[in-house]
Amino acid sequence: MASLNVNGRVVEIDAHPDTPLLWALREQAGLTGTKYGCGIAQCGACTVHIDGEPVRSCSITLGSLKANQKIVTIEGLSPDISHPIQKAWLQLDVPQCGYCQSGMIMAAAALLAKKPKPTDADIDEAMTNICRCGTYNRVRAGIKLAAGI
Amino acid sequence: MADNAVLSRRSLLKGSAAAAGAFTLGFSIPFTEAQAQAATPEVNAWVVIHPDDRIVVRIARSEMGQGTLTGLAQLVAEELEADWSKVSWEYPTPGENLRRNRVWRNFSTGGSRGIRESHQYVREGGAAARIMLVQAAAKEWGVPEGECRAAKSVITHTPTGRTVTYGKVAAAAAKLEVPKDVKLKPASEWTIAGKSVKRLDTVDKLNGKQVYGADIRLPGMLNAAIRACPVFGGTLVSFDAAKVTGMPGVKKVVQVDRRTVAVIADHWWQAKTALEALPITWDNGPHASASSETIAATLREGLDAEQAFEGNKAGDAKGAIASAAKRVEATYSYPFQNHACMEPMNATALWTPEKCEVWCPTQNGESALAAAIEASGHPAAKCDVHKVHLGGGFGRRGRSDYVTQAVLIAKQMPGTPVKLLWSREEDMLQGTYHPITMARMVGGLDKDGNLVGLHMRISGQSILSGVNPQGLQNGRDPVVFQGLNPGGQEGPFGYGIPNLLIDHAMRNPHVPPGFWRGVNLNQNAIYVECFMDELAHAAGVDPLEFRRRLMKNTPKHLAVLEAVAKGIGWGSPSAPGTAKGLAQIMGFGSYVAAAAEVSVSNAGEIKVHRIVAATNPGHVVNPDQVAAQVEGSFVYGLSAAFHQECTVKNGRIVEENFDTYPAMRINEMPKVESILVPSGDFWGGVGEPTIAVAAPAVMNAIFAATGKRVRSLPLKNADLRRA
Repeated sequence: MASLNVNGRVVEIDAHPDTPLLWALREQAGLTGTKYGCGIAQCGACTVHIDGEPVRSCSITLGSLKANQKIVTIEGLSPDISHPIQKAWLQLDVPQCGYCQSGMIMAAAALLAKKPKPTDADIDEAMTNICRCGTYNRVRAGIKLAAGI
Repeated sequence: MADNAVLSRRSLLKGSAAAAGAFTLGFSIPFTEAQAQAATPEVNAWVVIHPDDRIVVRIARSEMGQGTLTGLAQLVAEELEADWSKVSWEYPTPGENLRRNRVWRNFSTGGSRGIRESHQYVREGGAAARIMLVQAAAKEWGVPEGECRAAKSVITHTPTGRTVTYGKVAAAAAKLEVPKDVKLKPASEWTIAGKSVKRLDTVDKLNGKQVYGADIRLPGMLNAAIRACPVFGGTLVSFDAAKVTGMPGVKKVVQVDRRTVAVIADHWWQAKTALEALPITWDNGPHASASSETIAATLREGLDAEQAFEGNKAGDAKGAIASAAKRVEATYSYPFQNHACMEPMNATALWTPEKCEVWCPTQNGESALAAAIEASGHPAAKCDVHKVHLGGGFGRRGRSDYVTQAVLIAKQMPGTPVKLLWSREEDMLQGTYHPITMARMVGGLDKDGNLVGLHMRISGQSILSGVNPQGLQNGRDPVVFQGLNPGGQEGPFGYGIPNLLIDHAMRNPHVPPGFWRGVNLNQNAIYVECFMDELAHAAGVDPLEFRRRLMKNTPKHLAVLEAVAKGIGWGSPSAPGTAKGLAQIMGFGSYVAAAAEVSVSNAGEIKVHRIVAATNPGHVVNPDQVAAQVEGSFVYGLSAAFHQECTVKNGRIVEENFDTYPAMRINEMPKVESILVPSGDFWGGVGEPTIAVAAPAVMNAIFAATGKRVRSLPLKNADLRRA
């Protein structure tokens, strides 16, 4: 049994310590907004925040996490789609199929938290998530809109 | 917290209100079908209007990101004279479609056909509902119908100014006969269609609420991980279930079919872990020694073969080339590629001795239902499929292999819903791949540099042979000639060449082919448009001018080409270190062109700085969503062009994940300027055609920048370093 702090709540997870955080979130905590895309930290669909850092949750095991680490998933980013990234995404109709967008939004939110006025190079460096529909230009525009640049 | 992702009764009903009565899932649903219909009056098959004026438009096609859901709803709402702010949507089930004599017609969502194939009848559905609502209001008021008009969900009796909203008369309207032969508005009078309204499906994609197939949770559900023989044509000999049945959560190890085994467990991660530990013996079958090299040799042989199927012919191409002043020849090749949808294949099935239900992302609800019927052993009336949004489709989810598997697994756990989810590795190894082809292009130029003859010999794989052999015409696969035909929706070929021969030597390797976004237009556009560029350079003529001379009778093709040439600044000097390339093609019913500006570093690194795209799809239902499709097409097309190749070794695909099968990321993404030039006289698709011009525009620009002609994809294999 592992105790995690997810979206400001303590969640007890009954799973093997080798279980990736992604699957504990999806299958034990019932938070399916965090997506499985590759399982090898390539695509970023599983991105969550751990103590504010964007992390690929498919490649972090339950056993390596501490109860006091603050995990935030897409469900906990805002209670009402009020995060500036979510608002910008809505305004620009960024998502197509949307499957990668939880991870994309979490990566973008972490970027803005660190760099409120990111440059294109900052965006290129931080946003390594894969989108097969091809929303990249709207992702970039969305980040800039949220940043007010 | 766990309840968040369990499908609520309400959301289940929302997704299947049309079949509410038929839908029971071990927990009770409070409505019979009749009650459900009384509570939510169905004016006709396409339109449901609630007493509080909320409108639900029924959408038969599948939403996979391409925006067809919003576009179709716009078309219905336009003719309905609806208040757009009150419009939402739902998917009717394929089973309900069957029971109602296919009232929603085709569910198939592929070939960029969602809107262009159904615009007429969905608009008629909206118009018929409007007429019925007006009739109901007129009847209630006791006034002539002709004195009433509808706008924004309100019916007004013009002489008296009396009004009533749709919600108030919907129940009465539903009892009227559905009118036939309704008149549609001309596009010039559209107020909802043709506008960049926001998508109807964005909000839930911003907070994790959108339920994809991979997210389905049902009470008591188990999870399955699966592995099929990685060598195509191989079979499953045996597996040692005893080795894993004691592992955490494992419930059962089952043979799915003659080549496939699955582990069922409480959680998917447990099932996957046990599957990886499961000793499996395969018989790799007759193709165990096939490789990319053996397949390439087969295709090369086809380049010279005597026998070939003709696709387009005029005059005497071989004779004209033989007597031409100058002969130009080049051989191109295009690899196998996986669709690599972000959401791996999955389906959830519940099988009982009485019935079978499936929840899945599918591009074709009806073929998913057919697969469920066949695998379940139940009659059609006892089966249904509940569609959920797709985490990408790109053609892969037009196949229903994963639905069949899910039902065959669930059948071995009667009464328990089981969700089957493929790993990324399974998804990469069990694809239906972009067909592999080569093309030998031979052209003849006269002394003035005019193209007098062209022979295009395609050698390689036929999709229909693998997917739908009944579609072959005396062995010939007409789909191979997409964009090259003398006419029709998948042509006409854009160039008037007096002596032309386009033919196909069919060579089908053992790797299964499939419809892959852009289909055969992808490689055909590369072959034709890059070779046109080669011919232009051989003739010493500007590539745009060279094409113009051949496009006197294809003004729509030329118009989009001219639009991108103007947009990119063709003919004016490029920025230092950059160069430009052009391409055009017609397919999926639309005319498209692209121009690219690229640079290539001394180390051979390619950077695409800018793309200008032009599209004439006839009509545009939502300009912003068409622009999104055009932008996305460059990501899909350039990911393929730069990075993606499935190679074959020992009969199986080598690349198993995004580390060896990368996709383009944001740092590689060029600016895309999208020009829409709808001519208003036809209906074309937009989800796919632009993909085909992405690669050749860039490849022609690479030549302009480096003088090196790349003829084999992906570009990652090309050496563009400066000596």
